[in-house]
Amino acid sequence: MVLFFFVYFSLVSIVAGVLTIAFRNPVHCGLALLTLLLHVAGLFVLLNAEFLFAVQIIVYAGAILVLYLFVLMLLNLKTDQRYLHTRHAIILFATAGICGELLLLLLQSPFNGAKGDAPVIAVLKDGDSFVVGIKMFSDYLLPFEIVGVFLLGAIIGAIVLAKTPTAVDVETERE
Amino acid sequence: MDLLVLLIPTFPLVAVLLNGLLGSRYSHDLAHRLAWGSVGLSFLCSIGVFTETIRTGVAREVVAYQWIFGGDLTVNLAFLIDPLTCIMLLVVTGVGFLIHLYSVGYMHGEEGFTRFFTYMNLFMVSMLLLVMGNNYLVLFIGWEGVGLCSYLLIGYYFDKVSAAKAATKAFVVNRIGDAGFLLAIFLVFVNFKTLDYTQVFAQASQLSTGMATAIALCLLVGAVGKSAQIPLYTWLPDAMEGPTPVSALIHAATMVTAGVYMIVRNHVIYDMAPVALSTVAWVGGLTALFAATIGLVQTDIKRVLAYSTVSQLGYMFLACGIGAYTAAVFHLMTHAFFKALLFLSAGSVIHALSGEQNIMKMGGLKAKIPWTHALFLVGTLAIAGIFPLAGFWSKDEIMAHAFVHGQYALYAMAAIGAFLTAFYMFRLTYLTFYGTSRLDPHTAEHVHESPPIMIWPLAVLAVLSVLGGFLGVPPEAGWFHHFLHPVVTAVGAGEEHGGGVGLVMTLMVVATAIALLGWGLAHYLYSIRTEAADNVAAKAPGVYTTLLNKYYVDECYDALIVEPVKRLGLVWDWFDRTVIDGVVVGVGRMTQSGSALSTRIEKYVIYGALNVVGYANHLAARSWRRLQTGQVHQYAAIIVAGLFILVHLILAWWTGTSGTGMAR
Amino acid sequence: MIPLSAYVAVSAVLFATGLIGVLIRRNFIIVLMSVEIMLNAANINLVAFSHYLESMAGQIVALFVIAIAAGEAAVGLAIIIVVFRGRLSTNVDELNLLKW
Repeated sequence: MVLFFFVYFSLVSIVAGVLTIAFRNPVHCGLALLTLLLHVAGLFVLLNAEFLFAVQIIVYAGAILVLYLFVLMLLNLKTDQRYLHTRHAIILFATAGICGELLLLLLQSPFNGAKGDAPVIAVLKDGDSFVVGIKMFSDYLLPFEIVGVFLLGAIIGAIVLAKTPTAVDVETERE
Repeated sequence: MDLLVLLIPTFPLVAVLLNGLLGSRYSHDLAHRLAWGSVGLSFLCSIGVFTETIRTGVAREVVAYQWIFGGDLTVNLAFLIDPLTCIMLLVVTGVGFLIHLYSVGYMHGEEGFTRFFTYMNLFMVSMLLLVMGNNYLVLFIGWEGVGLCSYLLIGYYFDKVSAAKAATKAFVVNRIGDAGFLLAIFLVFVNFKTLDYTQVFAQASQLSTGMATAIALCLLVGAVGKSAQIPLYTWLPDAMEGPTPVSALIHAATMVTAGVYMIVRNHVIYDMAPVALSTVAWVGGLTALFAATIGLVQTDIKRVLAYSTVSQLGYMFLACGIGAYTAAVFHLMTHAFFKALLFLSAGSVIHALSGEQNIMKMGGLKAKIPWTHALFLVGTLAIAGIFPLAGFWSKDEIMAHAFVHGQYALYAMAAIGAFLTAFYMFRLTYLTFYGTSRLDPHTAEHVHESPPIMIWPLAVLAVLSVLGGFLGVPPEAGWFHHFLHPVVTAVGAGEEHGGGVGLVMTLMVVATAIALLGWGLAHYLYSIRTEAADNVAAKAPGVYTTLLNKYYVDECYDALIVEPVKRLGLVWDWFDRTVIDGVVVGVGRMTQSGSALSTRIEKYVIYGALNVVGYANHLAARSWRRLQTGQVHQYAAIIVAGLFILVHLILAWWTGTSGTGMAR
Repeated sequence: MIPLSAYVAVSAVLFATGLIGVLIRRNFIIVLMSVEIMLNAANINLVAFSHYLESMAGQIVALFVIAIAAGEAAVGLAIIIVVFRGRLSTNVDELNLLKW
């Protein structure tokens, strides 16, 4: 069962990823990206990361993607431009080839490492959200706060950047 | 019950948020209903809390939430509900409610109507925090909040230069006091490692006398600033630039009494510092007398009341200083009633006269605005201390306490102050309502009685001014004293009894006589022989002008503090320009001449060498600069290529050296 | 039980997909979307390792990655709007102000 879901989620994610970069209409790209995000969230569930699953759906699918679609609609882009030039095809094949080789290497790599302090059984007992929460607000409190400040900065930056230029701004620019 | 306590400041806060953020979108009617409605609800909650406190008779703490916790410092946003707080709550919300109602009529049609009510409600929130807080930090927030609102409301007519200046003055003068208050808070924290009243007062007995005196004096600086005592009283008369309801609510009934409240609240510390206590008493006594003398000759109706407020606050300080904390709170309460009444009636007069405030241009208004006249008269009788109105009981108790405890000098000051109070208040009444009309003919045509929404709150306040005093009857043993008893009893101090009944009665008679004497003199000078007043003034022109110019205190402060500070600034400016700039320029010159030499060397030796290197680089770069295409994609592609190479190396190295297969 | 390398493989493929998207697409918005794909690939990796190595650190870093993706999207899209306002285009090729 788990295997089935894994295969399903990973295959659909990969296909959706390819479609995201392949569609011509940016809105379609956005929808493909949505599919990708939802299926990656599914992968998170298989990895016992329910909290991240929820965050993925709420933040990514819910907020970030909406932002993308919003901007797409706002700019009302009509992209029917060609993007696969022949020289790009060469880059594409080269990249794909190198990726394949890397993948092979990857699969042969050993993934060993020191075990952490959160065995699967313990996580299942308390629930993923609980464990993440405890960890987040004890060992990772400072990074957490820094991310908060970062987000604040991003918000302000986005507002300042996207502000509609007023008449005064235009005036000063002309000077 | 806990919820009730939390609701008290919440209602005005909600109104602030609604009116402040959305107020411009709906009508003035809704705005003022929200404003007075919220305060009214707070008042109802306060009554609930009050009855509960009477029933249980114990102080309680309600923690809203844990606010600051770090290191030694733990501060909760918590409220302490004890008899003192209850009294303050009732006064603040009750009088505040009436004044809000009154404002609806008074501010009708003013620009910024919603803004006015937003500020008023914000003031209510701050004042409630101030009186309800269970630690110094919450008190301080309220303290600063009321200061801010005071600033905003004095400067309500901000396009008027005098109002803007008065607002700034009030704010700056208050800052001086706040600095002292902050120092006191720091000292408390250093000594007790906590800011909660209950814990501080429980440990207060371990304090050395010196430290207790230091804390008490720092607190006194704060109280003097907020409550407009000598030497920081100058802002209060100027604060009358604000609308009259503001003067009534903030600069008479509630905010300026915050200093008194704070001293009573901290009486445990004051009781350990006799020096600080007598300082409080003398500051209060001097202020009471000093402000009363200035009040004698002022001609602006609101300024007379302002000086009278300063003087009455002096009485409260005096009471604190001689240990009569109950009497101080009692006078605080009655003063809130009758001074709010006086200010609001004065506002009604000003309203009737379309903004005229000079009492020399009034007179004979009794027939035209009978209701206002009657109410103002009640207020005058109450403040003058005529038996049996509220002012009589509370003022007499302070004076009696001073006399019984052998503070004869303070008693004399208070007695003279009482005489002057009666005199100038009746002078005000006579000049405003009696005699011949001195109105501008143009104004006289438009004189009208105020609308009911302004008169009714006045009526309620008048009833309170008449009956409020009976809460404290008989003196020193009334209901009021029993209620406040648990709060103001010094830790470890024995029960103190006043003098015998005979002495108390004698003092009452004396007090009444003093008040009547003041009334009589005013009657003689301003009603019977109206020209006599000018004669008196003419006979002692020096005294008269000195009083009229308020002892030149503002001028003195300007000359002694403001100007020197400005001049010091100029001195530093000069210093900066000549000395520091001179040094800088000198150094610059030296460097210049030094560098002239090195320039020669540089030009021919170093540049020559550098040019050779640079030219070589230029040649080498010619072929490579095409790499910088400005195309993001190409940059990205190059980065990716590098990444591939790196990953490749790592993976190859990894699988090659430690190829033990896969984990799991 | 699914081996860790399976997750790593999926993640690698997704990452490569995103990378190709960044390199070949000309529409700035789609470039940003490709970056999101890459970030997601990285997240899969982090969570997978977190699961198999029994440490919560991976999940927490993944959370931070999501937060940073949100910031990146906000600022990136704001920049797109500004650029679009000036040039009526979101074509990356036309953005060559950094040229020599």
